[in-house]
Amino acid sequence: MDVLIQGILGLVAEPGRIAMIAIGCVLMYLGIRKEYEPTLLVPMGLGTILVNIPNTGVLETGGQAGPFTVLFQAGIETELFPLLLFIGIGAMIDFGPLLANPFLLLFGAAAQFGIFFVTIVASLLGFDIADAASAGIIAAADGPTSIFVANSLGSKYMGAIMVAAYSYMALVPIIQPIAIKAVTTKKERQIRMKYNPRGVSQTAKILFPVIICIVAGLVAPDSLPLVGFLMFGNLLRECGVLNNLSMSAQNELVNLISILLGLCVSVKMEYHDFLQVDTLIIMVLGLLGFVMDSVGGVMFAKLLNLFRKEKINPMVGAAGISAFPMSSRVVQKLATEADPQNFILMQASAANVAGQIASVVAGGLVLGILL
Amino acid sequence: MFETLEQALQILGLGWGGVFLVMLVIYLVSMLLTKLFPPAKE
Repeated sequence: MDVLIQGILGLVAEPGRIAMIAIGCVLMYLGIRKEYEPTLLVPMGLGTILVNIPNTGVLETGGQAGPFTVLFQAGIETELFPLLLFIGIGAMIDFGPLLANPFLLLFGAAAQFGIFFVTIVASLLGFDIADAASAGIIAAADGPTSIFVANSLGSKYMGAIMVAAYSYMALVPIIQPIAIKAVTTKKERQIRMKYNPRGVSQTAKILFPVIICIVAGLVAPDSLPLVGFLMFGNLLRECGVLNNLSMSAQNELVNLISILLGLCVSVKMEYHDFLQVDTLIIMVLGLLGFVMDSVGGVMFAKLLNLFRKEKINPMVGAAGISAFPMSSRVVQKLATEADPQNFILMQASAANVAGQIASVVAGGLVLGILL
Repeated sequence: MFETLEQALQILGLGWGGVFLVMLVIYLVSMLLTKLFPPAKE
């Protein structure tokens, strides 16, 4: 009975805990009812509740590190969880459409603009460079990359960065149409693109991940943990003799790591860390980053159109963010809205896959510059 | 703050430029791969 009374008094004495429990409930609501990234938001939501109960045993028990703390130290501080997740993501990606249209790789680079834009804005707002870059990396639209970079830079806003990265990714179908429509005309959205894919051999598909590792390693060695694990997953998929491992990576590995990642990241969701004005600013900056990614991609496509005879639908540029496959679907939906006969899904998918590569390279380059 | 801004601008130049460079190299390599290993030859 004493413990119960102490717990209730603890909650009343620190209303921040009640606010965080409410936030945990909202995260679970978004995951369960709205189906926004439920694999992460549901465990993260419950985890947020668990870490904000007074004298919680999940963080510390009997003077020893509790299970969440142990998981955090083992999986996030060592950066193992985001990297293992990348094996699964790599195994899910088919680079075939991209190899058939390699020109679209450049859109992956253009649509990383939000990362760098937000880093500048955050530095102007007074954040130190590590936190500014960590806020910027939310715009990679890639949860594992955001965690990896923010953790490597020792950002104190890990919780906010995680929540922003995953919730905005789930909100891509809402954020991107607004951003795209703001910088394109209906006429531009109606531009049709011919799709003439070249055939891609299995040998090319097998060599592609290996060569990317070598190229990324030579140009940006700090990106190799991210690129290497991503491409290892893809090699499992494409080599043709490890189908069981590829399926395990795509399903069991991703599911298991998502459960653990969602739970243990809650360590950074304690009320005294999270309920800060800075946290709110980081969340707003993350949103700005997603918008500027789309704007950067669109503007790059428009720039290219000045020199091209065969015009590119500028929305394909916006699909160059890493949020796969939501972004390409959003772009196709907008294209159909503008012209019911307009089919640009394949080009948008290729740009979207390019965004996956570009975001990990961007993360590695940011680390290379700052570490 | 100016020092941080300078670093942020450096990240913009080297970072975004670096991403374009890597993607350009991958683009050229992809072109080469599809030329060297066309599906018909398999």
